[in-house]
Amino acid sequence: MENNVILETKGLSKYFYDPVKFQVLKEIEMRINYGEFVSIVGKSGCGKSTLLYLLSTMDTAYDGQIYIHNQLVTGKTDRELALIRNEKIGFVFQFHYLLAEYNVLKNVMLPGMKLGKYSDQELENRAMKHLKTLDMEDQALKMPNQLSGGQKQRVAIARALINDPLIIMGDEPTGNLDKKNSDLVFDIFNRLTQEENQTLLVVTHDTDFANRTTRIITMEDGKIIS
Amino acid sequence: MNFKLILNIAFHLLQARLKQTIVAAVGVTFSIAMFIALVSFMNGLNDLLDGLMLNRTPHVLLYNEIKPSENQPIFLSKEFKNKTNFIRSIKPKDIGKSIYNSKTIIAVLKKDTRVIDVAPKVTSPVFFNSGTIEISGVINGIDVLSEEKLFKISDYIVDGNVTDLLQNNSIIIGKGLSDKMLLSKGDIIKITTSKGNLASLKIVGISEIGIAEIDNVMSYTSLATAQKIVGESTNYITDIQINLYDRTSAPAVAKEFRNTFNLDTIDYQTANSQFETGSTVRSIISYAVGVVLLIVAGFGIYNILNMMIYEKMDSIAILKATGFSGNDVQWIFISLSIIIGLAGGLFGLLFGYIFSSIIDIIPFETASLPTVKTYPINYNPLYYGIGITFALFTTTIAGLFPALKASKIDPVEIIRGK
Repeated sequence: MENNVILETKGLSKYFYDPVKFQVLKEIEMRINYGEFVSIVGKSGCGKSTLLYLLSTMDTAYDGQIYIHNQLVTGKTDRELALIRNEKIGFVFQFHYLLAEYNVLKNVMLPGMKLGKYSDQELENRAMKHLKTLDMEDQALKMPNQLSGGQKQRVAIARALINDPLIIMGDEPTGNLDKKNSDLVFDIFNRLTQEENQTLLVVTHDTDFANRTTRIITMEDGKIIS
Repeated sequence: MNFKLILNIAFHLLQARLKQTIVAAVGVTFSIAMFIALVSFMNGLNDLLDGLMLNRTPHVLLYNEIKPSENQPIFLSKEFKNKTNFIRSIKPKDIGKSIYNSKTIIAVLKKDTRVIDVAPKVTSPVFFNSGTIEISGVINGIDVLSEEKLFKISDYIVDGNVTDLLQNNSIIIGKGLSDKMLLSKGDIIKITTSKGNLASLKIVGISEIGIAEIDNVMSYTSLATAQKIVGESTNYITDIQINLYDRTSAPAVAKEFRNTFNLDTIDYQTANSQFETGSTVRSIISYAVGVVLLIVAGFGIYNILNMMIYEKMDSIAILKATGFSGNDVQWIFISLSIIIGLAGGLFGLLFGYIFSSIIDIIPFETASLPTVKTYPINYNPLYYGIGITFALFTTTIAGLFPALKASKIDPVEIIRGK
């Protein structure tokens, strides 16, 4: 049972100092198990995105502890955290953040090339496989600026998947998309949990989206209320 | 760290900003090319001017100086040994200009491995007679072959041939002398020494060094002829000139020979210290201009990289989010500037060489330098080494600050800001 926990926080607090000292997150205790599709919802300013960025290891200014795969990540160096992000976490943001200088395939391969676990040839096959499951294989050699918003977001999802992460984190991944594309992205996420047992943690204010996930964490004033 | 990947990313970033990259690289190219051309030209000029004086000055000269004796009789007295002695009205002692035991000294010097060759010389003040007029001058009795080997005097013979001096009773006179006395090659010149000896010599050549003071008084003849004119034996040598393989060691060697042979010695650096100073100052100026040019180019690179960082904020953020550490991002930007520096620098070397070659074929005719036809250039590979090192150094430094800035970018701030 213990080994099933992917992400765990203990007494997680976060303060903003500008313009005045303000506690955004108050002693958050949460736990995400393997294979869960979790959404975090709450009003604007309740600290849900802040929580996500703490969990993502990109923001390191906090009190309390974060465990990823039962391993304490609090207090690790920039380099160690970068490796953890590279290996264990996939990101999908509201904006796609594809590199304009590379084509779709290279964009997907980039985190894999950084990890260096697979050869370039193997990485290319894996990237193509992911693009195929997302119905994007015929766009592989296009540049990002030739794609539509929904297509770009699918490429970003493929990029998040390339290193077989423990968990995929999403910050409003459907925030910029229309209803049709939002549904598409949700279906992809849903399929990943159903078929691949992929763990997902998504911050959203789209209640439709949240209601269809397996677990909803509701936040208010820096606390988890349910 | 995966340098292949980092270089790959750097190259793609450069391609996206190709025009600005080229402008930055051209800045480096221009400064390196100017640096190379300037330093090569300056040093070519230095070599020429140094050669004008230094190639005619032996690295070490052995001679007898007229000076007061260092050991006055009073110093030998035991009674006054520990006293302070004041001696008035000391007169210099003439021990004769002739170098004592010159043949042995020359033989020893010729065996010394540091010495290229030894050229013995007899110098004597003389009067050149033209009708009723007497013009004072100097006659140099030289060992033609070794003099030619060490000082290339044939470079300064404008008429005639230096080997003709090997004939008996022949002389080469300075251009100034020949102009004043209306003498030319083939004429006979009459000479009176300070001791009253008279001689008639046949002019076999005219020399022109380019320094009027020297050309007005100087003449060359063979060692044997000079010894005959001054009425001395074949042992009579007034100067021994030595050139060394390592000319920078001249002061040390001069000191050593002074003690070994008990003669006065002077090294070329002491004899021509003002020339060394001039060369040093010219070198400093050319290096200073080169460094300034490079610093300007460095600022250009700094600007362009800074701009690139603002443009590529998003890319930097996502690279960091997907697992590139601050260090990796820093290396991406440092390699960017190294690529610019290397490409710009290598083209700079090429253009520097081309500029130098162009300067090298521009005609530069001057009466004082008969052997020089074009502007002098020194193609020392060292300057090219310094050039590329400077280029890489300044561009790396210029890239370092933007790179540090990029490494410190907080991805959360950028991603949340959207």
